[in-house]
Amino acid sequence: MYAFTYHKPTSARQAATLLAKKEDAKLLAGGHTLLPTMKQRLASPAAIVDLGACADLKGITLKGRNIVIGAMTTHAEVAASAEVQAAIPALAYLASHIGDPHVRHRGTIGGSVANNDPAADYPAALLALGATVITNKRKLTAEEFFTGLYETALEEGEIITKVSFPLVSKAGYAKFRNPASRYAMVGVFVAKRGSDVRVAVTGAGEGGVFRWPEAETALKVRFSPKSLDGFKHGSKGINGDIHADPEYRAHLIGVMTRQAVAQATGK
Amino acid sequence: MSATGIGAAVRRKEDHRFITGQGRYTDDVNRPGQAQAYFLRSPHAHAKIKSIDTKAAAAMPGVLGIFTGADLAADKIGGLICGWMIHNKDGSPMRAGAHPALAQGRVRYVGDHVAVVVAETLAQAKDAAEAIVVDYQELSAVVETAKAAGAKTVIHDEAPDNTVFNWHLGDKDATDKAFKAAKHVTKLDLVNNRLVPNAMEPRAAVGDYDAGEGIFTLYTTSQNPHVARLVLSAFIGIAPENKLRVIAPDVGGGFGSKIFIYAEETVCVWAAKKVGRPVKWTADRTEAFLSDAHGRDHVTHAELATDADGKILALKVHTTANLGAYLSTFSSSVPTYLYAPLLSGQYDIPAIYCEVDAVYTNTAPVDAYRGAGRPEATFVVERLIEVTARQLGKDPAKFRLQNYIRKFPHQTPVIMAYDTGNYAASLKKALEIIDYKGIGKRKRDSARAGKLRGIGFSSYIEACGIAPSAAVGSLGAGVGLWESAEVRVNPIGTVEVLTGSHSHGQGHETTFAQLVSDRLGIPIDNVSIIHGDTDKVQMGMGTYGSRSGAVGMSAIYKAIDKVIAKGKKVAAYVLEADEADIDFADGNFTVKGTDRKLDFGSCALQAYVAHKFNGQELEPGLKEGAFYDPTNFTFPAGVHICELEIDPQTGVTKIDRWAAVDDFGVVINPMIVEGQVHGGIAQGVGQALLEGARYNSDGQLVTASFMDYTMPRADDLPSFDVGMTVTPCPSNPLGIKGCGEAGAIASPPAVINAITDALGHEDIAMPATPQAVWRAAQKSISRLAAE
Amino acid sequence: MTTVSLTVNGKAVSANIDPRTLLVQFLRENLRLTGTHVGCDTSQCGACLVHIDGKAVKACTTLAVSVDGAAITTIEGLAQDGKLHPMQEAFREHHGLQCGFCTPGMIMSAVDMVNRRGHELDEKTIREDLDGNICRCTGYHNIVKAIAAGAEAMGKAGVTTRQAAE
Repeated sequence: MYAFTYHKPTSARQAATLLAKKEDAKLLAGGHTLLPTMKQRLASPAAIVDLGACADLKGITLKGRNIVIGAMTTHAEVAASAEVQAAIPALAYLASHIGDPHVRHRGTIGGSVANNDPAADYPAALLALGATVITNKRKLTAEEFFTGLYETALEEGEIITKVSFPLVSKAGYAKFRNPASRYAMVGVFVAKRGSDVRVAVTGAGEGGVFRWPEAETALKVRFSPKSLDGFKHGSKGINGDIHADPEYRAHLIGVMTRQAVAQATGK
Repeated sequence: MSATGIGAAVRRKEDHRFITGQGRYTDDVNRPGQAQAYFLRSPHAHAKIKSIDTKAAAAMPGVLGIFTGADLAADKIGGLICGWMIHNKDGSPMRAGAHPALAQGRVRYVGDHVAVVVAETLAQAKDAAEAIVVDYQELSAVVETAKAAGAKTVIHDEAPDNTVFNWHLGDKDATDKAFKAAKHVTKLDLVNNRLVPNAMEPRAAVGDYDAGEGIFTLYTTSQNPHVARLVLSAFIGIAPENKLRVIAPDVGGGFGSKIFIYAEETVCVWAAKKVGRPVKWTADRTEAFLSDAHGRDHVTHAELATDADGKILALKVHTTANLGAYLSTFSSSVPTYLYAPLLSGQYDIPAIYCEVDAVYTNTAPVDAYRGAGRPEATFVVERLIEVTARQLGKDPAKFRLQNYIRKFPHQTPVIMAYDTGNYAASLKKALEIIDYKGIGKRKRDSARAGKLRGIGFSSYIEACGIAPSAAVGSLGAGVGLWESAEVRVNPIGTVEVLTGSHSHGQGHETTFAQLVSDRLGIPIDNVSIIHGDTDKVQMGMGTYGSRSGAVGMSAIYKAIDKVIAKGKKVAAYVLEADEADIDFADGNFTVKGTDRKLDFGSCALQAYVAHKFNGQELEPGLKEGAFYDPTNFTFPAGVHICELEIDPQTGVTKIDRWAAVDDFGVVINPMIVEGQVHGGIAQGVGQALLEGARYNSDGQLVTASFMDYTMPRADDLPSFDVGMTVTPCPSNPLGIKGCGEAGAIASPPAVINAITDALGHEDIAMPATPQAVWRAAQKSISRLAAE
Repeated sequence: MTTVSLTVNGKAVSANIDPRTLLVQFLRENLRLTGTHVGCDTSQCGACLVHIDGKAVKACTTLAVSVDGAAITTIEGLAQDGKLHPMQEAFREHHGLQCGFCTPGMIMSAVDMVNRRGHELDEKTIREDLDGNICRCTGYHNIVKAIAAGAEAMGKAGVTTRQAAE
């Protein structure tokens, strides 16, 4: 790790000020992506702004028809939240399967979303549930927010403060983990709200998380795994590595989508 | 059997320090004034080094010294060695290139050692390493095992076609003749995938130099500190043996990878004198992936011939073995004498012929990894046996029974003389454990649930207890493979045993103490086992090849014999009896036919006070040493059966049942032995389903962290049903055969035989990852549909 | 340099450190608590697990300054008054360790598992929950048995980590 100066603000506003003031500053949330990268000397921020003491970035609240989760809420807290379990059980399920138990004690929803790792779980939930990313400056839909591999619409000095998930009638998440890293090799989140159905796929896209419109159309007709019988995702635009080439990953998208729908429908 | 004697499941004496965080591993060692070393490694698989400019780096904060191959050469520090000479078919010696600890003008694999920076802190050493300017001229890389021989690029000038040796074993003519007479021939092409040992403790070294005494001390993660001292002293030239102390403290797993003498420990101990400070180096996990010796990596074509009844007639094997960019310490012995002599398996095979071509590639050196040659041999034999049974329409268990060796001793056509065994007994027990009778129903149940179920066998044999020194010497070994022990009895009867074996997870502090407690009739807590320090233990050959029970404990046994003999002399004086009338049992010396006795502790005291005899009659004291050189290899053998289920939708393979029945001879501690079996199976299952080191065509290691290299985790594995049969080994006093590698040797073919049984075809390679199995299952499904 | 103050195994500790000091470095190098190990660089092996305010965390992926003010329990702090924690006892009794290198992390993980999931743990739960710990020696067979037994023993003894260690 290269040297850096360390700052620990106690509010999002203070954090934003520090981020603007310090040259080449980076935000530290749970640190489970940033610190390994820095240990390998692949990132060398001059300043670290640690969000760990920003109480205003934590917590889970039910606001009307939305579950609002503070950016510094850990995966373990989301997984264990009675509110989330009651409102969107699939979201709690997803959080309970990110990384391992110890990673979930540190990793946060804000960190995961801001990093937009193509193998992260949360981006699929945000996209499928139609979540809104709330920053210290504005509100962005998930579609506006995720712009590409490790890329988001976040601007300089912008900090995610909350993520707001509208409630849905049914949702499910299924993932096939990379055998080595245990990150999502293919993760599919399905959500049904009224007549709208969304299917979002993480882990598989060359450009990061994406939606699968054909499956959505089929599921709108009937929200059942059976609606997807014989359905295959093409392998174009699907990434490949030593664990899964595009053809196999594309195949798994179909399998995971059916499993996610089965979970959503309790079948 | 006493509660702490031979055969008892004694809880481990060493555990207390490990479960309380008091273990002392090499990275836990900190010497006053200690500096940190960091190795600048080659980013290229193959390149000439045109120049190295360390000037700017040397001026950076905290830097104490930067050294390159030129500095080692100037100090006449020799290169790393390969300690086993293999001869080609034509009798000429193998073609080995030099192996400098720091590169001399050329780098030959990614991770090769270019320079070392010694600095006050690790961060400063890394900063300075980044400032070293190396001008490389990249050369094309040779990566693939099967394509290395005769490739345009030459890795070592000494081996112009990249071939280290063309070696063979067995009778070619007899084998060819048997094949001509055969009614059935099974042919298989097999790849034994390259593995990274990945002991959880990364390698580490702390070098220290006492300028006053002129003595070097090296703390290192070694399975055999005496061999390290021998090599560092006699071949590399760090210092004479009396000026070099090597300490291997607690070592966090080895699996073979910590047998070898590596560049980093060599450089750390040498640099300690150069900078006048203790020098520490600890590998991070990626360095471990890049620079630890890897295992396996064979490409093989094999054929098995049978007659019309299914009796095996002959076996023919051709293997290309990848030894990497340099010859590691014992690399040449692994695909030769640890491999081909095991090709007879448990079977009566009249003729065997094996050819091995060993090649250089621009990859990390390859050497012994748990099983070392024997897993590769077992994979060849057990895949051939299973496939032959299928092709002949025979039940794989019955086909094995038909061909098992039943009479002992049995001389195979490939060196080995098996001394004892009962292979049918192990098979019978394993079939019961797995409920072989119920497999048909279980397969149907799985099919109804849309799953493919398969069962696979593996009847393995290994040659352990390595090894008779004269035998290995005649085969090219540079060392003898005996073991030493010293039993020191203290005046009140407590005992210290100094052993040349080294424990890095095997539990010697417990099992060796059980032997002493059992034979001397003293409480196990009165026995301490000391190992891993060349200043304490005079000489030893270390722990690998499942040798510590059969060889190391036999040395202790021998030394105890001498202690008892001396004790009888002492007792004779004390009890005023004739020495011939003294018996020793249950911790007491007694006079035959009387009630006179002297307990062991009192005898020790009498030996030290020496009041009852004078020194001209009998030397005072009670301390004896022994060297034990085995008279034969030992032959642990057993049967493992794997039953698994494949989800053809995802390609996920789930092992449902595992029966392991092993014959390790006499068992000292069944709890520890079973633990060794579990761990071995896990590594073998890892090889079969999960693990594989992969280099890309440029020679970059693609699997250089746990993010990419799949380590077996708890939910990848089932619980195992472990059973034992016992035929005592006749060649050592305890009847021990050895248990450390069996699981890793037995399990890969059991898994692959089960997968191919489930799939209904043989077209799957290791590791059988979900992707590979899914693809193979599509074939099965389309074939089933066509049927 | 920056100051960090922590409670480690019940003792107050304060030091002036480089901000880039990882918690595991701080424990091993500054406090010489070498029971916490480093087995990988990618926060996967779990050899570095410690409890921060009662929750298992990978100390190789945590800055020491980040946890300023927290209560840390390491493997050295698990036994109380010379008496082993029931989970330590269970690892010994069931031969849940061989080389011992992953063991501190395994035990800290196991205690955390009991804190999260209770005293009755079946094999499947234990295996899945050990996702963040790698052992190369045991094949996990005896670790799984040890954790099940240790969990039960913790229940009988009425011990949680928090009581035992903090």
